[in-house]
Amino acid sequence: MASLTHKDLLGIEQLSVDDVELVLDTAAALKEVADRPVKKVPTLRGKTVINLFFEPSTRTRSSFELAEKRLSADILNFAASTSSVSKGETLLDTARNLESMAPDMIVIRHPSAGAPHLLSRECRSSIINAGDGMHEHPTQALLDALTVREVKGGISGLKIAIIGDVAHSRVARSDTILFSKLGAEVWACSPPTLMPWDFCRLGARITGHIEEALDSADVVMMLRVQTERQHEAFFPSTREYFNFYGLTRERMKLAKEDTVVMHPGPMNRGVEIDSDVADAPWSLILNQVANGVAVRMAILYLLSGNAGLRPRRVR
Amino acid sequence: MTKKADGKVLMTAEEMDLALSRIAAEIVEKLGTRGEFGIIGIRRRGVHLAQRLSRKVEAILHQPTLNGILDITLYRDDLTTVSNRPLLRETSIDFDVNNLSLVLVDDVLYTGRTIRAALDGLVDLGRPKRVQLAVLIDRGHRELPIQADYVGKHVQTADDEIVEVRMKEEDEEERVVLVKNPSVRTGA
Repeated sequence: MASLTHKDLLGIEQLSVDDVELVLDTAAALKEVADRPVKKVPTLRGKTVINLFFEPSTRTRSSFELAEKRLSADILNFAASTSSVSKGETLLDTARNLESMAPDMIVIRHPSAGAPHLLSRECRSSIINAGDGMHEHPTQALLDALTVREVKGGISGLKIAIIGDVAHSRVARSDTILFSKLGAEVWACSPPTLMPWDFCRLGARITGHIEEALDSADVVMMLRVQTERQHEAFFPSTREYFNFYGLTRERMKLAKEDTVVMHPGPMNRGVEIDSDVADAPWSLILNQVANGVAVRMAILYLLSGNAGLRPRRVR
Repeated sequence: MTKKADGKVLMTAEEMDLALSRIAAEIVEKLGTRGEFGIIGIRRRGVHLAQRLSRKVEAILHQPTLNGILDITLYRDDLTTVSNRPLLRETSIDFDVNNLSLVLVDDVLYTGRTIRAALDGLVDLGRPKRVQLAVLIDRGHRELPIQADYVGKHVQTADDEIVEVRMKEEDEEERVVLVKNPSVRTGA
């Protein structure tokens, strides 16, 4: 017997190594559902899940929606652009209104860090963080860990290079916390303008040189250059960025021979990653997408029935 | 199972083996000597029983049998009430169940709720020709209209007792015992 004793999934920070192993083992068992003729199990029948997305998202939202449907949950989709948020309603009021509809779980993506934490304190339902500002994106990190574990057999002792727009990436944050927690050696690499000064506190080694990050790396995690979050010029041009920080076939020679390449998507080909690197056999980008559904099913399954538990204090 | 309370022995290792041999012979008798059926174990102990049954059927028929593993966790009707949820494991049935006779195997038949869940799980994988049920122990107290086709042993039990099938694959010993349950459980 095993269970997650959390009411919510707010971030990787709150999870223990045992919690993570449980999520990954459960996700691995759930992958089989996708190969069935009837890709559906009745586990969450009668449960209501609200998908509350305040930011555009295709991949994460469809992945959550598919996971919910495969577990037979009832789904309500809210997009900020079509809801009362555009009429000036506050997040708290939106949350209280949704809570009155008695959902069991709320999946939230929000441009502000901490939005899911606010909901967690206000709502009885389980809150799942699907990305909050530049803070965390826990389900992405968990699916990354599952993908690496499948291919490498384990995570402890691996050198994992996270390269790109670290400052604006919640994936970089969640991945760094998770992979460090699981015993990997995490390197974060970006132009100095895109590296938060205290990023090493999360357990990563910092470098400004892609060659140093790639040297003997087992896993190369490329990050998208998030132009929509960059309100000032962090580098002169995308061409210069590619010249210094783009992943090319030539640079891949620095990494281990059996290295793998990952990317949380959507990719900017020719900005952070060269096309022939993205499409080569070492690329696990599509495995990540397939594992995303399984990991989200695992989280929904493990948190179902936990609504009403006392929210964990966030340090 | 961590704690090994001593209780009344219902079956010894030899009796378990004899019962399985008899069930294997009955399966072949009922489902045909051409072996056109699959044997599916319900996690966890049903899996080991199914493997043993398959080996015995193979010895009778001199041909390999179809073998599968069913995890019923996702189909349980008490998930919302179980706060400490059972560890989910993979269902692994790598043959086509459509139009095939299947024998579900579990260790103890009690309320029938596990079998109800297993039937739901099987139906999601296709439309079997027929589904039969083999259990090592039938202890009564059914809560659903479900009966076994093959039974190792019928046992009279009280609600506050637990039938423990101990197998060398999972436990240190090999026998079936009846123990008192300190906290009377309800449901499957």
